[in-house]
Amino acid sequence: MNKLQPNAKSASFAATNAVFIGRSIRHSLRNVESLLMAILLPVMLMLMFTYVFGGAIDPSGDYVNYVVPGIILLCAGFGSSSTAVDVATDMTNGIIDRFRTMPIRSLGVITGHVAASLARNLLATGIVIGVALLVGFRPAAGTLEWLGALGVIVLFILTFTWLFAAIGLVTGSPSSAGGYGFVLLFLPYLSSAFVPTSTMPAWLQGVANHQPITPVIETIRGLLTGTPVKEHVWWAIGWCAAILVIALVWSMLAFRRRGSGR
Amino acid sequence: MNACAIEVTGLRKSFGKRTVLNGLSLSVAKGTIFALLGPNGAGKTTLIHILSTLSDPDDGAARIEGYDVVSSRTAVRRSISLTGQFAAVDEVLTGRENLTMMCRLCGLSRGEARMRTAELLKRFALEEAADRRVKAYSGGMRRRLDLAVSLVVSRPVLFLDEPTTGLDTVSRRALWDTILGLKEQGITIFLTTQYLEEADQLADEIAVLSGGRIVATGTAETLKAQVGGEVVELRNRQDEVIRTIPTSGSVHDIRQTLNEIASSCPPDTRMVIRKPSMDDVFLALTTVEQKEVSHA
Repeated sequence: MNKLQPNAKSASFAATNAVFIGRSIRHSLRNVESLLMAILLPVMLMLMFTYVFGGAIDPSGDYVNYVVPGIILLCAGFGSSSTAVDVATDMTNGIIDRFRTMPIRSLGVITGHVAASLARNLLATGIVIGVALLVGFRPAAGTLEWLGALGVIVLFILTFTWLFAAIGLVTGSPSSAGGYGFVLLFLPYLSSAFVPTSTMPAWLQGVANHQPITPVIETIRGLLTGTPVKEHVWWAIGWCAAILVIALVWSMLAFRRRGSGR
Repeated sequence: MNACAIEVTGLRKSFGKRTVLNGLSLSVAKGTIFALLGPNGAGKTTLIHILSTLSDPDDGAARIEGYDVVSSRTAVRRSISLTGQFAAVDEVLTGRENLTMMCRLCGLSRGEARMRTAELLKRFALEEAADRRVKAYSGGMRRRLDLAVSLVVSRPVLFLDEPTTGLDTVSRRALWDTILGLKEQGITIFLTTQYLEEADQLADEIAVLSGGRIVATGTAETLKAQVGGEVVELRNRQDEVIRTIPTSGSVHDIRQTLNEIASSCPPDTRMVIRKPSMDDVFLALTTVEQKEVSHA
């Protein structure tokens, strides 16, 4: 019944990636706690900033329109950080050795996690925008602006997911990989996400104006609420593209090195 | 056609200053079970990693079914299946999902994958647990699934890295039967083990790995004969072995041994003379080698 010739068939590139994406999405759906966390945390933060701090920051009651773009990015950044844990978990489990010894492009394991993270984060972003509309967010965007904002959000999620995939590949253990997620949770606080950078001390403005989160937020804010986008969009795309390229190359090198280093 | 499924010559591998494989050579005939015996840290897993294309040797060459593990990596990967030391299955997925995923990765269509999965679940007695997540599986079930996953498509060479470590006796015996069944199908099996009994029961040929080299090869019988003679075993009143002394087996040698120990033995010590076991072989071969290494 069994023929012992080497099996000539092997899965196509597309089929391999489809299998790995399906696997990672199943993983996401079954990790209910982290899925809920990725959605609830930004929603809670948004409610807190709108109802608790909002009145003090902007007594006109219009703070919700200012803060929502920041919350969207916070949500995307935090959501993508769990990719580091997923990737690190896979790399410490024996299953990666099996994938590597099969005649397939095994980097697909990582691509699968990235695709699942994109899907997960877009879902979370959708929910955040939905809740934002309920609590008084009134965007001024037309279809084109919405599409533009979506494009920037997708680019941002992809960039940071690949960055976290690389971190997951080099840290070696799921628990240490998890620690890095908090860095991205703090980066938005040092940007124009919650307050205009002009209200910060001069030295902090230097940091806040020259870090990747600020132009991305200003771009999304501009597109959704009609504030001027100006050169922010090019800075946003430039930052993301540069980080994305670094993260991709880093991931590929780290993935290869993990194989031969034993 | 080459009669060797696996051919290794002069393989070397070091990690930093630590030499793990030091000019290792071996060959495995097609359709046989080959057992690599060695203590923990002897380099068994390192060798498996090189043979299964997971890492590159520093020097020397290895060919699987005639394909070089470095220059013909893809051809090698089409010829092998690896079951690593830790069950390489996805704990979050169910048994069925694990098998289907591997079928799809091996290029089977959805329909073929479904059929093959059902077939393997039945063959490895996993039908009942098929739709439970692997996280909830027992050690034996996990190993069975692991083996089932490596048999999704027929590859001519199967690597099993310590396949029965951590299993209870019943599961171990069941797995042995499965492995013998695979040999019947003509699959070449390369397994590593710490259990001498396992090598004794399964393998057509055994190699003992120590100090990064193969220190002995042969069948269980020839290896035991190599140690030679008879073993004098001393037991206390509770029937526990307190000492084993290898002898040449001659009357003179056994008598001299008994003379030497008689005065120092407690009065209720009992004695058995027996043929050497695989344990004696292993101990004799690996301790000699370790002495040599420590002199160097």
